[in-house]
Amino acid sequence: MLSRVAETLYWTARYVERAENLARLINVNNLLMMDLPRGVSPGWAPLIDIIGHRESFTQYYSDYSEKNVLKYLTVDSRNPSSIVNALKLARDNTRTVREVVPRPVWETINNLYQTAKEKPNDFLSKRDRFASLTHVIEGIQLFFGALESTLNHDAGYVFIRSGSLLERADMTSRIIDVRSAVLGSLTNDSPYENLQWMSVLRSLSAYQMYRQQMGVKVTPQDVLEFMLHNPYFPRSVLFCLNQMRSLLITIPNSPTMLERIDHSITELNKVQSSDLQGAALHKYIDELQIDLADIHNQFAEQYFLV
Amino acid sequence: MVLNRMQYDTKGFYDELVDENGTPRPHGKQLLDYLNGLSFDEISSARSAAELAIKQMGITFTVYGEGSSIDRAWPFDIIPRIIPKKEWLQVEDGLIQRTEALNHFIHDLYHDQKIIKDGIFPRELLEKSVNFRKQCVGITPKNNIWAHICGSDLVRNDDGTIYVLEDNLRVPSGVSYMLENRSVIKRVFPEVFENIDILPVNDYPSQLFDMLAAMSPRPQDKPEVVVLTPGIFNSAYFEHCYLAQEMGCELVEGRDLVVNDDDCVYMKTINGLTRVDVIYRRIDDMFMDPEVFHKDSQLGVPGIMRAWRAGNVALVNAPGAGVADDKVVYTYVPEMIKYYLGEEMKLPNVETYRCYEPSQLDYVIKNIDKLVVKPANESGGYGLLIGPKSTKKQQQETIAQVKADPRNWIAQPTLSLSTVPTLIDDKIEGRHVDLRPFILSSGTSTYVTTGGLTRVAMVKGSLVVNSSQGGGSKDTWIVEEEA
Repeated sequence: MLSRVAETLYWTARYVERAENLARLINVNNLLMMDLPRGVSPGWAPLIDIIGHRESFTQYYSDYSEKNVLKYLTVDSRNPSSIVNALKLARDNTRTVREVVPRPVWETINNLYQTAKEKPNDFLSKRDRFASLTHVIEGIQLFFGALESTLNHDAGYVFIRSGSLLERADMTSRIIDVRSAVLGSLTNDSPYENLQWMSVLRSLSAYQMYRQQMGVKVTPQDVLEFMLHNPYFPRSVLFCLNQMRSLLITIPNSPTMLERIDHSITELNKVQSSDLQGAALHKYIDELQIDLADIHNQFAEQYFLV
Repeated sequence: MVLNRMQYDTKGFYDELVDENGTPRPHGKQLLDYLNGLSFDEISSARSAAELAIKQMGITFTVYGEGSSIDRAWPFDIIPRIIPKKEWLQVEDGLIQRTEALNHFIHDLYHDQKIIKDGIFPRELLEKSVNFRKQCVGITPKNNIWAHICGSDLVRNDDGTIYVLEDNLRVPSGVSYMLENRSVIKRVFPEVFENIDILPVNDYPSQLFDMLAAMSPRPQDKPEVVVLTPGIFNSAYFEHCYLAQEMGCELVEGRDLVVNDDDCVYMKTINGLTRVDVIYRRIDDMFMDPEVFHKDSQLGVPGIMRAWRAGNVALVNAPGAGVADDKVVYTYVPEMIKYYLGEEMKLPNVETYRCYEPSQLDYVIKNIDKLVVKPANESGGYGLLIGPKSTKKQQQETIAQVKADPRNWIAQPTLSLSTVPTLIDDKIEGRHVDLRPFILSSGTSTYVTTGGLTRVAMVKGSLVVNSSQGGGSKDTWIVEEEA
């Protein structure tokens, strides 16, 4: 496999995963907003914090109104990670490697981008928002599904899956970080706290699986444990790292890469969810983010075109 | 009753599907009967279905200088162009003969130049040739083949005869659209395929791969064949991807390749360097190797010519093959066929005036309002003057250009290109077409596409079919005529 192609596949998967995560995040926040009375609601600003774009956002917008945040996250071309932009980058990337990607996969991402581009207002309108974001999520699941079932599970597949897993681990850690900071500051037994932790789980598609694994009660500590350490839930940080490890073991020259990942897994296993409160959580997530960046850098150094 | 209701009028042109009385030709009858059985709404929705399919399948082409939207949906007309098989077999024969002679010619020019010594081809033409590459002199590509892939443009004049208009021997494009047009039409008119025996076209990618693999310098079970593209901004990028995908080989850019001290070409993979045997290059000669040609080319691979000269890699088409892709050289094809093959030309050339011959130049200047005047080495329809459709001022400008460099200009009578019924808004009207078949030569066998890419000038009365200038395309059917 060409180094350039490996790099393109990896990035394509990251963009696609990013668009899906973002779409889900917005949808869940949207639903939560309807449940929460004004005053309790954390509003839309946390979404900007989750993707780490406070600085860029405030350059273009004066307040965190629903309208502004929605626009910035979905269709704003000035935001390189907006859904439409991420789809465009994924689509343009796929276009440069069309020869290695099965046709239905290309057609899926091409379609998804064309539809999103043609109907930008659907993301903004309250009424159409849910359906159009769901369409994005479904389209992306189709994309990954088609890859899973039609692409050879060789090196190319490993790079796609790794890009997606790394992006996913990154997003999970960001969501934990931002949401915990907001929710941790709430007074105890706020009637809406439970609801908000549920929505954190939902924004990671984790609610149902959490219930099956951890029981009915939603406690902050259990949520944290589930999102960081659960070995079975496909969006937990540990799961993503383990998966990446078992994929990378199959491709050439991976020992250094595996060492990096092993290091992150060891660190992750060392921390106890019960110790992760307030500043300690924030500090650990920072370390985790650095680990994830190191894994990315190792990819670039070892496999990508220099 | 689509055709009758719209009162299809051939306007005195030769129409591919309908004769001069408006009666369907035998090979067009079944299709026209079928179309006549459709309501206009059905035709309209077929058109929309085709447009949707093209968009979804991402069949695009690129027009330079259109800002951020670099790829556009491929323009396509749903009414096919049909050629009876019997006629096509003759055309095929003519094309095979022609490419064989052209390959002899190119090889001769880079070796003994017998055709010049024997006084058939003038030396001064070679000396002023834009595409002759002195760096290629003395090199012997495998089986002496230089133009492995040739795309010849054919037109039918109002006398009903098919002529060769030009030969494209550098990096001819369009074959992917030929293949995609067929897959679109299968989605749009699936019923038609039940009753008409339309010869399939989708053999091309495997034929192409076999030819490329046969060029490998290393005897190997599975030679490493790659397609070299200038990148996503090239107008034919879609095709580069498409062919690499269909052949299951790597699509590489210059930066993916490197030539080592052993004069072999390698590609940079996640496993390290892997040796490359055959490069189907879609980059122009001049950009291929900064060591030899344009020093500042970012697209090429330094040392690739070295590797080719050493016989360690096959380049397809061979560098320098473009010397025969010259409209003045074209006028010598009948002589070449006689000289190298001892045969008469089977597929005629269009009558052509060579501006470097004073008497012919004189004729061209006097009759410029009746002629099509073309630069000898341009492609894509750039720089040509269509006499009857030009202003006096344009004619004067062209005459000045021709006089300044007569070697590089030719002129031809304005042909009445044949027409095919074409869906224009809510009417069916005749539009002029040409045809570009592709010929693959390995030295041991020759393959001609079944039909080719039919290009159509969508603008009323226009003779310019190039997609870069508003042309569209049609599916091309070779059919068995009913007894």
